[in-house]
Amino acid sequence: MTGGMVIIGAGECGGRATLTLRDLGFEGQVTLVGDEPHLPYERPPLSKEAMTSAAPVIKAIASDELLAECSIRHIHSVRAVAIDRAAHVVRLSDGSSLSYDKLLLATGSVPRKLPMPGLGGRCVYLRTFNDALAIRAHLSAGNRVAIIGGGFIGLELAASARKLGATVTVLEAQPRILMRGVPSEIAEIIHKSHEAEGVKVLTGQGITAIADDGAEVRITLADGREIVADLAVIGIGAVPVTALAAEAGLAIDNGIAVDGTLRTDDPDIFAAGDCCSFPLAVYGGRRVRLEAWRNAQEQGALAAKNMLGANEAHAAVPWFWSDQYGLTLQIAGLSDEGKSTVRRDLDDGAFILFHLTEDGRLVAASGIGPGNAVARDIRLAEMLIAKRASPAPEALGSQTVKLKSLLAA
Amino acid sequence: MSDWVEACAAGDIDEEDVMRFDHAGRTYAVYRSPDDEYFATDGLCSHEKVHLADGLVMDDIIECPKHNGRFNYKTGDARGAPVCVNLKTYPVKVDGGKVLIQVG
Repeated sequence: MTGGMVIIGAGECGGRATLTLRDLGFEGQVTLVGDEPHLPYERPPLSKEAMTSAAPVIKAIASDELLAECSIRHIHSVRAVAIDRAAHVVRLSDGSSLSYDKLLLATGSVPRKLPMPGLGGRCVYLRTFNDALAIRAHLSAGNRVAIIGGGFIGLELAASARKLGATVTVLEAQPRILMRGVPSEIAEIIHKSHEAEGVKVLTGQGITAIADDGAEVRITLADGREIVADLAVIGIGAVPVTALAAEAGLAIDNGIAVDGTLRTDDPDIFAAGDCCSFPLAVYGGRRVRLEAWRNAQEQGALAAKNMLGANEAHAAVPWFWSDQYGLTLQIAGLSDEGKSTVRRDLDDGAFILFHLTEDGRLVAASGIGPGNAVARDIRLAEMLIAKRASPAPEALGSQTVKLKSLLAA
Repeated sequence: MSDWVEACAAGDIDEEDVMRFDHAGRTYAVYRSPDDEYFATDGLCSHEKVHLADGLVMDDIIECPKHNGRFNYKTGDARGAPVCVNLKTYPVKVDGGKVLIQVG
């Protein structure tokens, strides 16, 4: 066995996995393969700081120096095209191949394509740093930007585009923005903040036609209205990158299917981050796939540990955040697990909704407020959720009761 | 040589908690540990310049409110992703019920 550890996908998850292998003292070969030309970098800033800063730069997870210091071989601008499981070999798009003892698939996700005719060069998606640079070139005062999809990426981009002075319209086919995973009370606040900043938010309107002539995009809505934009950014979700795994015969179930230890049905192949579906222990093993920065980081680290034989099960509670204007949203847990909510008001208009099951167990907490007003309580809620606690609703709802005291109970 | 400045009254911070303190254009985080000792570090996370005082203190760890970067506030040591740069710490003493920090 001389192949060592091979990690396919040099994003948050893959990058963290390689560093963790070294942190844990692994001394064999570590090879990180990525299809982008860049160092592994953090994607969350792409819709935020990278859009609004004067000279966007990559926020690298590991510098060249660190990779060298850790003897991590980083092969960039190359895709993995096939896995020969019997031979323990991965073939790459440049014709070379790598042998492995353990393989981690951290292939991530890609933007869901809008299945419509008429899209052209002015209809774009955001996933990579290069995508961000291309979008940014169009975000300036006087330019018109249409955002198709009222999810996190679209709304964060809308906020960034407004900051740069562009005219922004958000188009959401669903009855409201952030339908997936965000309670309506919180979505409402975000909707209003966009309107207050001058963004036109149109909900409940499907798109019937798009015409992109290379100079501008004409978008026709179900009610006959037409939106004309210099750029249309499509943010309608993401799909896991599973082709490599599927062609290798690994089980796919809304992502590369892994067990609680992030192992696929091949004992030498793991998958982690956006590309995998896994049983979420905190909800009795419900199979989920998460598209989230922290999950990518945690699963990258856990996969590394398990590649070294730890056999440790994933136990984390999902956690998400979004920044738009001065507001930060944080969610711990999956709110669709809950049947009722209890509201806790904090200072400065911030509040948290605690989501409880019928029998009173806390399963999620969704908070919004200026700056980091909700952060501490959301973090404590996350710990309560992990403990499968059933705190008294009156205590959750009262600002004078410290959440930390409930944790000790 | 460096000045001791008054950050707050000892009772202003709960046990196992943190408070922000700004002085001379810099921001600090002042901590009271579960065993009732006081500590001080730079106030901003080394990952994305977020105020640590909005974060959660558990035992001797401060966790950044933004991305959960963790530091030992007694030593300033970064404790794992996404943070890798340690926090600067400052000497602290309690005198006459006041918490004093040696800045600079």
